Amino acid sequence: MKRRTLLATVAAAATFAGAAFAEEDVTAGFIYIGTPGDGGWTYEHDQSRQKMEAHFDGKVKTIFQENVPESADAERAITQMAIAGADIIFTTSFGYMDPTLAVAAKFPNVKFEHATGYKQADNVSVYSARFYEGRAVQGHIAGHMTKTNKIGYIASFPIPEVIRGINSAYIHAKKVNPDVEFSVVWAYTWFDPAKEADAARALIENGADVVLQHTDSTAPQAAAKEAGNVITFGQASDMGDYAPMPRVSSIIDNWAPYYIQRVQDVIDGTWESKNTWDGIDTGMVEIGEISEAVPADVKASALAMVEAIRTGEYSPFTGPLNKQDGSAWLAEGETADLGTLAGMNFYVEGITGDVPN
Amino acid sequence: MLRLEKRPQPSRAWVVLSPILAVILTMIVGGILFAMLGANPFEAIRTIFWDPIFSEQFSGFTRPQLLVKAGPLILIAIGLSIGFKAGIWNIGAEGQYIMGAICGAAAGLALYPSDSVLLFPLMLVAGALGGWAWAMIPAILKTKLGTNEILVSLMLVYVAETILASAASGFLRNPEGMGFPGSRNFKEWDAVYNGELIAGTGMHWGVVAAFIAVIAAYVLLSRHIQGFNIRLTGEAPRAARFAGVNPSRIVILCLGISGALAGLAGFFEVTGPAGQITIDFNAGYGFTAIIVAFLGRLNPIGILLAGLLMALTYIGGELAQLMLGVPGAAIQLFQGMLLFFLLATDVFTNFRLRLAKKEAV
Repeated sequence: MKRRTLLATVAAAATFAGAAFAEEDVTAGFIYIGTPGDGGWTYEHDQSRQKMEAHFDGKVKTIFQENVPESADAERAITQMAIAGADIIFTTSFGYMDPTLAVAAKFPNVKFEHATGYKQADNVSVYSARFYEGRAVQGHIAGHMTKTNKIGYIASFPIPEVIRGINSAYIHAKKVNPDVEFSVVWAYTWFDPAKEADAARALIENGADVVLQHTDSTAPQAAAKEAGNVITFGQASDMGDYAPMPRVSSIIDNWAPYYIQRVQDVIDGTWESKNTWDGIDTGMVEIGEISEAVPADVKASALAMVEAIRTGEYSPFTGPLNKQDGSAWLAEGETADLGTLAGMNFYVEGITGDVPN
Repeated sequence: MLRLEKRPQPSRAWVVLSPILAVILTMIVGGILFAMLGANPFEAIRTIFWDPIFSEQFSGFTRPQLLVKAGPLILIAIGLSIGFKAGIWNIGAEGQYIMGAICGAAAGLALYPSDSVLLFPLMLVAGALGGWAWAMIPAILKTKLGTNEILVSLMLVYVAETILASAASGFLRNPEGMGFPGSRNFKEWDAVYNGELIAGTGMHWGVVAAFIAVIAAYVLLSRHIQGFNIRLTGEAPRAARFAGVNPSRIVILCLGISGALAGLAGFFEVTGPAGQITIDFNAGYGFTAIIVAFLGRLNPIGILLAGLLMALTYIGGELAQLMLGVPGAAIQLFQGMLLFFLLATDVFTNFRLRLAKKEAV
């Protein structure tokens, strides 16, 4: 009974809201963890939102809310967006998973798209990109270019997506430079410029001349620039302002084609819940321009790797590979299966330190 | 020449007038700010202050949410205000809030999936004790070694955050969560889920506790001898000592109360609106509550109103972002402005403006 009253109120509100946005066919909402000004993760989602809106040329209205914490506030923000009349809502951070599902249960007619999670429902899809493919290219360049053989890695949270990135970068750095060492710093944040800068400085002081980041701001880039002779890679966005040094290349998340497709599905009435995990092949993951700071032969071999991944000829997790404890994981030529990749919670052999838990 | 003259006695009229004036000034300056950002200022102000309570479209959802958002703020702020009255500055309520949530959640999860009716009260006690114990660290260090409670309690926030990260990705992690951080979700566990008591009101146990705390604090401070001792310690520490008040006992009492209330707030939040222990579980309630305590003049009724006003600007601000595309930073600026004007107009409680000729010194 309780839930029914709530639903009735909400439904009445939703009808009213539909009228408010009548001039557009569809309203798409976005929940952001940071601000579009972060120059990284949220920036790319926002760029893709704008591209999508431009693509539909007035037929689709977009609304967004920035700086939504991954706490009880997220559920409220998503609910308000649904009441405001959004037909499809993209929640663009891992921590919105349970709140997204909770709101989705109350609004069966609204479609939800949760980025980087794993829980689906009839009206909740999940989508993510195979960032680890880009990490392989980074590791390759980093392994070639490091002189101190120390590579620093600013990690955000110990979730499979981040661990995959560390493993992928390490495997490919080690392949071209057996002496390479990784030190991983856990920042426990997606976006905190001050913390990210501190982490970068600490890594550089410890001798790292390559800093990889899985956090969203450009603060590590700025710290590397200040230190000089340190290379970095743009994360989530090109971060081209820092090219050619310290930023020598980047992983760019291009969500626009996906957003356009999913909103089109809503317009056509063909939207279905699905699990999308695309990489370099569909363009969801792009490798930003490799700058002139990288030697020509390294650039050529890196581009060859991008091409091999694009065509499906090469998979970044190809055996022989052992787990950190020395136990066998993948045999010669074997590639990782989807389930292991999706739930990866171990380091590969050679990485020092533990996955926090 | 204008000059400020100290009033012989704080003006009663200004105590009431200054918050109203502050809100009006914020509306005017905020309106100008929104106009400069290209939004209709009247619509923006209406969206922030009016829509969460009265809009046909949103209020069905947002009115109860005001209580949900204000509940923990009020509960924590009440505890803090008691200490602040005694001149004991607990800045680390955020840490006590986190520890309350962890201890409360851990007590329950250890007995998963029990459906005993005793479980919720047990977790409640564990949550309050967790916050209390975390506040006892600065209390004991202060009474035994004379350390500064501001620094110790603040530093312990960062320790608590680290423990939270480790709880979410380690000892309290959902065993069925595929290795992702985050505990089991209490919303899926009826026996301990702290849901709405009456549907559509937003009233959960945490909000009830906040109201009880307001009444209890009012009685304590105005009717009880300990309340008198607390106020005396803050206003005239020497006099308090001559009157036989033991300062150490006051420190332990005040930090204990504020720690336990912050811990309770964390417990109600984790079993209710938040639903689970996650790495980013704490959303700054412990710090915002400091603002609420001062906005409410350290007075229990004032804190109740201040907590609701704060919640209103949060939710109204979200609606303004959503409906008018006002940037999030502008909303934060707007909230900051409210505090700024409140403190500014507060001057007139103790001072009056005088038009005066130059006087001989």
